[in-house]
Amino acid sequence: MVRPRLRRKSSRAHAKKESKVKLSPILASLCLLGLGISNGGAAAAADANLARNLAATCANCHGTDGRSAGGMDSLAGEARDRLMQKLLAFKSGSRPATIMHQIARGYSDEQLALIAGYLSAQRAHE
Amino acid sequence: MLNRRSFMKGLAGAATLGGLAACTGTTTRARAHVLVIGGGYGGATAAKYLRMWSQGAVDVTLIERNPAFVSCPMSNLVVGGYRELADISVSYAALQSKWGVRLITDEATAIDPARRTVSTAANGVLSYDRLVLSPGIDFITTAVPGLEGNFERLPHAWKAGPQTVLLRQQLQDMPDGGVFAMHVPKSPYRCPPGPYERACVVASYLQRHKPRSKVLVLDANAEIQSKKALFTKAFQGYGKLIDYVPNSDLRSVDATSRSAELEFDRVRADVLNVIPPMRAGSIAVRAGLPLVNGRWVDVDWLTMEAKGVAGVHVLGDALLPAPGMPKSGHMANQHAKLAAAAVLNLLAGEPPSSAPVLTNTCYSFVDDRNAIHVASVHQYDADKRQPMPVEGAGGLSTAASDLEGQYAFAWAKNIWADMLA
Ligand SMILES: Cc1cc2nc3c(=O)[nH]c(=O)nc-3n(C[C@H](O)[C@H](O)[C@H](O)COP(=O)(O)OP(=O)(O)OC[C@H]3O[C@@H](n4cnc5c(N)ncnc54)[C@H](O)[C@@H]3O)c2cc1C
Repeated sequence: MVRPRLRRKSSRAHAKKESKVKLSPILASLCLLGLGISNGGAAAAADANLARNLAATCANCHGTDGRSAGGMDSLAGEARDRLMQKLLAFKSGSRPATIMHQIARGYSDEQLALIAGYLSAQRAHE
Repeated sequence: MLNRRSFMKGLAGAATLGGLAACTGTTTRARAHVLVIGGGYGGATAAKYLRMWSQGAVDVTLIERNPAFVSCPMSNLVVGGYRELADISVSYAALQSKWGVRLITDEATAIDPARRTVSTAANGVLSYDRLVLSPGIDFITTAVPGLEGNFERLPHAWKAGPQTVLLRQQLQDMPDGGVFAMHVPKSPYRCPPGPYERACVVASYLQRHKPRSKVLVLDANAEIQSKKALFTKAFQGYGKLIDYVPNSDLRSVDATSRSAELEFDRVRADVLNVIPPMRAGSIAVRAGLPLVNGRWVDVDWLTMEAKGVAGVHVLGDALLPAPGMPKSGHMANQHAKLAAAAVLNLLAGEPPSSAPVLTNTCYSFVDDRNAIHVASVHQYDADKRQPMPVEGAGGLSTAASDLEGQYAFAWAKNIWADMLA
C-alpha cells in the first residue's frame, strides 16, 4: 500500500540540528507580515496554527502529533479520509466507543477536518 | 542565503524589535527566553511544546524543585499496593537532551513581574521575556487546627512522592479490623474524583488482606463530587467495607491519637488521611497575582496570562477554572498547549488564537484493574470570554470495565510521553 505523501516535516524539535530547511508556512507568513507584504492580517497568521493547536488536544491519549506511546491507536500518517470517516462515525454514534463518541461531539465538522488533515500529514514514526 | 538558524534568531529578535528585523536575518539580538516554573503536568508540557513548536528558536528554562517527575494520577494504585513509586516516576532527561530545555533543579522563591525576573534559592536571579507558572497547589494547613507540622503521622498523599509511600506504609501496618479514615475538603480541590478513587482502591486492598477493616470517607461536601452514580455503585460493591459520610465538616485533628473532630462526631482512626483545603501554589500567592477567594489565580483565557499581569502565564491547578473545568493533569496539559501557542504568537508580535479548544478525560480505578471515566470538551466562548463545556459532548462511562482500566494505563503512558519524552 502506498502511504499518503508527507506534506511537511515532522514537528520534532530540531534543537540539535542546524540544517538548512524550508521555512514552515507559519514562519513564512510571519515573515511576510513583518515586511508588510501580506494583507491577510494578523488573524490569518494566527489561524495558520489552528490545525496544529486542535490536533494537540488529542495528544494526551494518542501521543504527541498522534504518535502513540503505546496502548492507544496511533493516528500520525493515517489517511486523511479514513481519519475523518472514523471521527464522523464516532460523532454520529454509528461507531461504538467507550469515550470517543463523547469527545468527537465536542468539535465542529470543520475542526475535525482540520485535525484529520494535520494528523495525516505527520510522520508515523519519529 | 537565509538559513534556518539566522531566521530563527531573527524571530527571537522580533520579540523585542517588532516585525521588520525578523526577515533581515541580520539582527544579533538575544533569543527570546521563556522561563517555566514547575515541571508537573502543566509546566513540563509547556516547556516541551514551546521548544517543539518554535523548532528550537525560543530558549526555555524549567525550574523544578524535585529531581524527577512523580505522577499524582496512578498514585492511588501505589497506595493500594498495585504499583511501585518507580512505575509512576519519569526522568526529566529527555526534556533536556531531546528538546533542549535547560533544567534547573531548584526552588523559585519570588517573581518580579515588573522587572520580569524570578529569584531562586541557589541559582540567583533569572530574567525572562515571558514566564509560565504551573506550581500546582499548596495546602492551607492552618484551616485545620492540629494539622500543621503533622504530615508524617497524618499523610495527605495529595502530592505524589514520599507522602504516597508513607500512606501506603501506614495502610500496610494497619491491623485487620482497623479504620482507614479519609477527609475530603470542600470543592474546588485538586482532582475531584481522586478521593473516591482512593477509597475504592484502599477498600480493594483491605478486602483481600484485612477484610474486617473499614474505609470511612468523611466528605465536607454534600455529595460525591465526580462520577457520583458510578462511585456510589462501586462503594456498594464493597458492602460494609466503605462508609460514606457527607456533610462532614472537619473542626480539628489530633495527630497523637489520630482522631478527627467533626461538627457532630469524633472519629478515631488507625490511618487518618486528611486531604487539606488547598489553594494555588504559594509562589503564585507570594508573587501578588490576582486571586479569587484568596485561592485561585484569575486568568485571561486567550493567553492564560494572570489578569492584569502581562507576561505571566498561569496553568493547571493554580488557576480559577472556567465552568465545568476540573483541576486535573489532563486539563493542565491542555492549558499548557494553549499557553505555549499564545506565548509563541505573542513573542512573534502576533495575537493569540481566538478560538482555543480544550478537552478533559479523567479515568479512576474502582479496584486494581477496572476503571471509569468522565470526559468533556471546552470551546472558547467569545461573549463569556472563557471556554465553556460543549453541550451534548462529554460524559461518563456506562459502567466500570477492564477495557477502561487498560485505557487508563495507556492514558498515563501517553500523557507522560506527551510531557516528558
Ligand atoms: C491522588 C490523585 C489522583 C489524581 N488522578 C488524576 C487523574 O487520573 N487524571 C488527571 O488528569 N489528574 C489527576 N490528578 C490531578 C493532577 O495530579 C493535577 O491536576 C495536576 O498535577 C496539575 O498539574 P499542575 O502542573 O498544575 O501541578 P503539578 O503537576 O503538581 O506540578 C507542579 C510542579 O511545580 C513544582 N513547584 C511548585 N512550586 C515550585 C517552586 N516555587 N519552585 C520550584 N518548583 C515548584 C512542584 O514540585 C511540582 O512538580 C490526581 C491528583 C491526585 C492527588
